[in-house]
Amino acid sequence: MANVSRRAFLQSAGAVAAALAVPACDRLAPKSGGRRASYSFFNADEAAFVEPAVARLIPADDLGPGALEAGVPTYMDRQLAGAWGAGAGLYRGGPWRAGQPGQGYQLPFTPAELFRKALRAIREDLAESAPDGFGALPVAEQDAYLRALDEGGRDLGGVPSEAFFGTLLGLTVEGFFSDPVYGGNQDMVGWKLVGFPGAYANYYEFVDQHGIAFRRPPMSLGQDASGSIHVHPAPRAGEEG
Amino acid sequence: MTARREEVDVVLIGVGLVGTVLGRELTRAGQRVVGLERGEPRDTVPDFQGPAMHDELRYAVRLALMQDVGRETVTFRHSPREVALPIRRWASFLPGTGVGGAMVHWNGQMFRFQDDDFQMRSRTTERYGRDFLPPEVTIQDWGITAAELEPYFTRFEYLLGVSGKAGNLQGRKIPGGNVFEDPRSRDYPTPPQKEPYGSAIFRRAAQEMGYHPYPQPSANLSQPYTNPEGMRLNTCTFCGFCERFGCEHFAKSSPQTVLLPRLLEDSNFELRTGCQVLRINRDSSGRRATGVTYVDPRGEEVEQPAALVILGAYAYNNVRLLLLSGIGEPYDPETGRGVVGRNYAYQTMSYPQVFYDESVNINPFMRSGANGTMIADFAGDNFDHGPLGFVGGAYIGEIMTNGRPIGFRPVPPGTPPWGSGWKRAVARHYNHTSVVNVHGSSVATRSNYLDLDPTYKDAWGLPLLRMTFDFPDNDLRMSAFCTEKAMEIARGMGGQLVAGAPRTRPYNVAEYQTTHNTGGAIMGTDPSTSVVNRYLQSWDVSNLFVIGASAYPQNASYNPTGTLGALAYWTADAIVSRYLGSPGPLVGT
Repeated sequence: MANVSRRAFLQSAGAVAAALAVPACDRLAPKSGGRRASYSFFNADEAAFVEPAVARLIPADDLGPGALEAGVPTYMDRQLAGAWGAGAGLYRGGPWRAGQPGQGYQLPFTPAELFRKALRAIREDLAESAPDGFGALPVAEQDAYLRALDEGGRDLGGVPSEAFFGTLLGLTVEGFFSDPVYGGNQDMVGWKLVGFPGAYANYYEFVDQHGIAFRRPPMSLGQDASGSIHVHPAPRAGEEG
Repeated sequence: MTARREEVDVVLIGVGLVGTVLGRELTRAGQRVVGLERGEPRDTVPDFQGPAMHDELRYAVRLALMQDVGRETVTFRHSPREVALPIRRWASFLPGTGVGGAMVHWNGQMFRFQDDDFQMRSRTTERYGRDFLPPEVTIQDWGITAAELEPYFTRFEYLLGVSGKAGNLQGRKIPGGNVFEDPRSRDYPTPPQKEPYGSAIFRRAAQEMGYHPYPQPSANLSQPYTNPEGMRLNTCTFCGFCERFGCEHFAKSSPQTVLLPRLLEDSNFELRTGCQVLRINRDSSGRRATGVTYVDPRGEEVEQPAALVILGAYAYNNVRLLLLSGIGEPYDPETGRGVVGRNYAYQTMSYPQVFYDESVNINPFMRSGANGTMIADFAGDNFDHGPLGFVGGAYIGEIMTNGRPIGFRPVPPGTPPWGSGWKRAVARHYNHTSVVNVHGSSVATRSNYLDLDPTYKDAWGLPLLRMTFDFPDNDLRMSAFCTEKAMEIARGMGGQLVAGAPRTRPYNVAEYQTTHNTGGAIMGTDPSTSVVNRYLQSWDVSNLFVIGASAYPQNASYNPTGTLGALAYWTADAIVSRYLGSPGPLVGT
């Protein structure tokens, strides 16, 4: 992203908001019992963008925990470190060329490559304007930066910013609502938010009780008899995530 | 060097629905049959067991049961003016692979196409006049009638144990069933499934407006059932993990649950998995198939000679294999000549949503793949198209299949795409939204077709199939009309807000629509406009039968699998009762 456009969005975000806002990382510190996430894919700089960014995409609020508390960065890290990140489920034959609308994803990058390139470009882009990191910016500025990525037309080391943002948002939603065995949706907070019962799946006796309030707590694939959820082991690069 | 196996009577290319039905009928007739399947030999136990099967990410998002797109995909362009590019991730349609094929992870929506669908061109001309169809619309008759297919529809429904309610039993109309259906000789083998909440609301609204709601015919069974093959099915539990998943309950009809075990125990049958067929071989005359060449699981080429070849892969793979084998004249959209790849069609979908207040618990997760209530009042030619200027139609129904939240997060228009406002809307509407499905037909046109891509290759170095497709004007008009009819019903469903829009161009391969790809190797009565005759026998190579939705000259409003099952039994009957005794063309040219 060019510096000119970055300045433009910083101006639009407003200096007053910037002066008053509380650093987002402090306000949204994960309640994970003091555990620090350990990552297979993200380096420290990358994590310093991804963690506060997903906390803006799905924020913690009066409805409950957000993406950060749900462990979405851990989910994302495992996906990117695993087979999907390495291009499983992607046709990788060339030649590559920009497609027309409707022709789908046509970049030459695997998801892991796409993230690496885009996150490096974002780090360089923010080096001057956010010397203490993206998470130290006021949330209004964080939101404005993410919106600018989403609006697109900006180049992130060869990755169109909207392609990166789309993947980031897609993974955030997946990590918030997929089974906790994948490292996100911790304590099934995504499922509790909407009322999805998870892997539990026999509604024969309920389906014709129209409008019934189904209050059974959600169930994970990795849940044992005592209710503890066993998260799948983290993949090493090249293994299935 | 290519290894040559001993000749067999029949080789099946693909062991899904078609391969299983044909394999069973032909082995029973004493034929020695080899089934070649490129994918894995999966079965209910241990491959589809809960709770591991209830994993939205693995199966519905990462598509664990689907064809490996990294090895073989389809290239796509909207028109010949565009450069076709590979579909790098499956989304719009999800081709299956493995034993049982796409019928392992289908929803189980089990319809019969109507006689009007089979005679679409002649009926349109009779009812609306010779000038009604614009020249670019190339719909045509199938060369078969609903009455001829009726016994085979019945046989297939009884194989699957379909749950439904007849609407026309031997000419007697039955309220509460599909009163537009052609006469059926028997009622469905099992009664309809239970009716979910949103479906009941839809039924009342549709009835109020004078339409004819009926329960969707479902291959998710309403009660235990033992089929004529002695296979026992269980009651569906409405688990909400149906399409894109295998069923652990033996409650969804699939080759594995209704027929395949019978075939596998027959000593006349041999299943070979992990075998990718490269081409169908022919003798020097070019008029007779001599067998197939495939790559075995070790990567070695094998020639399998056979007296009879059954091509029963997924619709567009049938077309691709014909093109790769040089069988039939490829279609040329410039001249309109040629047949292979001609009349590719799809399905024209839209989805009005009804948003309720928080007192109405829709419970979207308590659903099955083929449950719910629908109307056929606007399907096919069940209504007067005279003043409307299009052909075809749509069924409209509240037939939601699941509430899996990565994919199912209905929010009203204007909701921000992320952030607190988005989160609030997702939480607010998840359990209080009903989605109405407008399942529209797809006409064939001169410019929508399939051929081989000049640039991109599969993992075996062979050209990928190239799809040239966009929604025809006719179908946009159909979608506008039928979506508005659905919106009227939706507005009668008591919600606070109804949102929806008809299908528009351009076709987007990155948005899931349906895995109902049809045509390209169509059946008909004239070799200059069809690839196979009315018995799905190649006009060019009489010991080759090409069975699939590839045979549909255009796609109807109803889901295609029921008609495909009937055609498979129809073809099997023609082979066993006529062809085997006297091999050769079943229809003169």
